[in-house]
Amino acid sequence: MSKRIGMEIALAAAEVAALCRPDVIAAYPITPNTHIPEHLAEIVAEGHLDCEYLPVESEHSALSACAGASAVGARVFTATSSQGLLYMGEIVPIIPAMRLPIVMALGNRALSGPINIWNDHSDVMAVRDMGWICLFAANGQETIDMIVQAFKIGEDHRVMLPVLVNLDGFQLTHVVESMIMPDQEEVDKFLPPRKPYATVHPDNVVSMGTLGLPEIYTEAKKAEDEALINSKKVILEVWKEWEKTFGRKYEPIESYKTKDADVIMLTVGSMYETAAIAVDQLHKEGFKAGLLNMKLFRPFPADELKAAVKGARVLIVTDRAVMCGGAQAPVCAEVKSVLYDEPVRPAIVNEIIGLGGRDVRVDDFIKMFKKAATADKVKPERAYEIYGVRSS
Amino acid sequence: MKKVFSRPKSLKENFIYHYCPGCGHSIAHRLVAEVIDELGIRGITIGVPPAGCAVLAYYYIDVDMIEAQHGRGPALATGIKRVLPDRIVFSYQGDGDLAAIGTAESLHAANRGENITVFFINNAVYGMTGGQMAPTTILGQKTTTSAPGRDITLDGYPIKMSEILCLLPGVKYVERCAVNSPANIVKTKKAIKKAFQYQIDGVGFSMIEILSQCPTNWKMSSIDSCKWIDEVMVKEYPLGVLKDVTAPEKKKGK
Ligand SMILES: Cc1ncc(C[n+]2csc(CCOP(=O)(O)OP(=O)(O)O)c2C)c(N)n1
Ligand code: SF4
Repeated sequence: MSKRIGMEIALAAAEVAALCRPDVIAAYPITPNTHIPEHLAEIVAEGHLDCEYLPVESEHSALSACAGASAVGARVFTATSSQGLLYMGEIVPIIPAMRLPIVMALGNRALSGPINIWNDHSDVMAVRDMGWICLFAANGQETIDMIVQAFKIGEDHRVMLPVLVNLDGFQLTHVVESMIMPDQEEVDKFLPPRKPYATVHPDNVVSMGTLGLPEIYTEAKKAEDEALINSKKVILEVWKEWEKTFGRKYEPIESYKTKDADVIMLTVGSMYETAAIAVDQLHKEGFKAGLLNMKLFRPFPADELKAAVKGARVLIVTDRAVMCGGAQAPVCAEVKSVLYDEPVRPAIVNEIIGLGGRDVRVDDFIKMFKKAATADKVKPERAYEIYGVRSS
Repeated sequence: MKKVFSRPKSLKENFIYHYCPGCGHSIAHRLVAEVIDELGIRGITIGVPPAGCAVLAYYYIDVDMIEAQHGRGPALATGIKRVLPDRIVFSYQGDGDLAAIGTAESLHAANRGENITVFFINNAVYGMTGGQMAPTTILGQKTTTSAPGRDITLDGYPIKMSEILCLLPGVKYVERCAVNSPANIVKTKKAIKKAFQYQIDGVGFSMIEILSQCPTNWKMSSIDSCKWIDEVMVKEYPLGVLKDVTAPEKKKGK
């Protein structure tokens, strides 16, 4: 039976990953995800999990080893952050192209430079278009739930794609939270062993990771795009089943007090919970604030977004990364392109917040809401604002 | 009164090392700074610090420093040295940096015979990230990712980067030292000096491996860490000159 635990989220992530019975784990340490693979190494060493733990010499090798293991049928887990993800970079787009359902916990951390080990989303945004399913946890409970869900989603033969479970570095990885941890029996029941679609056998020789000449590359890319888009159906199914089994509801975009809301804010990741406190306070003042949290980022939940912002006068989109030289920050750019064709849509304000571990407090969210309230009448000067940035 | 001990000029003033008490990095930093002073090369030296516990080396050593990403030191140093051949360029790297994620860069800078100096701090673990097993970890050594002790069948053998590099003709001088006792510290300083001198003379690639105590991750007292180097580490990684091309043939145009 599920049990309530109090634990550092990274350790809980490792424990739940172990309950998923991975056959292979390959990782190279990097702050702030390190406790995840480190604790898994302990679990394996103590004999609680029958698994090959591969302490390879770099992330580049870690993801390559994961690819090899997954290609021959293993259930594979890995974890990294920031520069580690970029060092995997060469292999990152290969995994979905080979349709390998690897699950990666990404303890989100700012990209260097300047060197920074703290939280933002610049790491995941750098790989967002490389074909992985992308989930964002807002707290410890979602982190552990999503890791189990990720295997089930990715390994489904209608999907066969890798899944990134994003959890904010430090804000989540290093925080002790109260969570409900499923037990082995429950996880086994929810997540049967992986049935690989294709594997190596002398009677049925296959080639994987092959060349794509100009005659076929375009079609291969279209197939990959469609596979990712189509995965949404399975994601929703798995989330329904999860809700039925464990009683915790998951949806691509979660909403909080958005009914009749005048100004709605969209967050991604753990800032949601702080922003929710701001929304409560604003309601006390009679300010009709609402909040959305995007849990599913790839495939992008366009329909859910359109429905979620209906009726709002202003939408504030928060971003945790700068798209240097771009028209907008990454989440907002996508939100705008989805809403562009809507006959009626809210005025959109883009706030870049919490870069490289900069704190964003309840007061800050309140300020953002109040400032944005007139955005439908007075167009903001710039397409995006880096909130709280010092200019001198 | 006669001043018998002072801060080397090449160490910045008024800092407090962030290193743990008993850490070998701080001794190695001081030695590098003393040698830079003694050779009078402070104005022409450029350092390349690593990702690792020494990531903030530029807070301490008072010469130009350009930070490398994890493992990329010798490649970065190559770029600097090729543009500024009259400067003295060194990279300073841990064993994770040099012997794990940066193995390729180390090997190839060495193989090209770049006229740079590499300081290789071997503490047998990934210090900065909390003491995980490194390729240099001793057989049987317990770390956070080798809880029962390093096992050959799972984790392979301690990698001897210095011995490996010695096989390359581009490598001119390699010595393994330690900073766990006054006598070893004196020898380490000599080796650092010789390596810099070789670079000044245009001899080619040199590397000084320094066995360095990490009491925090070895979970030992500072004194026991110094002993552990003598009693355990040195058996795997014997000290001494591993290669020295004594008749230096000056490289032209490099
Ligand atoms: C690409 C990449 N992966 C991982 C890290 C995290 N990281 C920083 S230092 C380090 C290991 C440090 O160990 P070592 O080189 O032995 O130096 P020490 O800290 O022991 O001096 C790791 C894994 C990183 N900075 N970049
Ligand atoms: S962790 Fe080890 S290497 Fe790093 S500063 Fe502390 S003692 Fe030195």
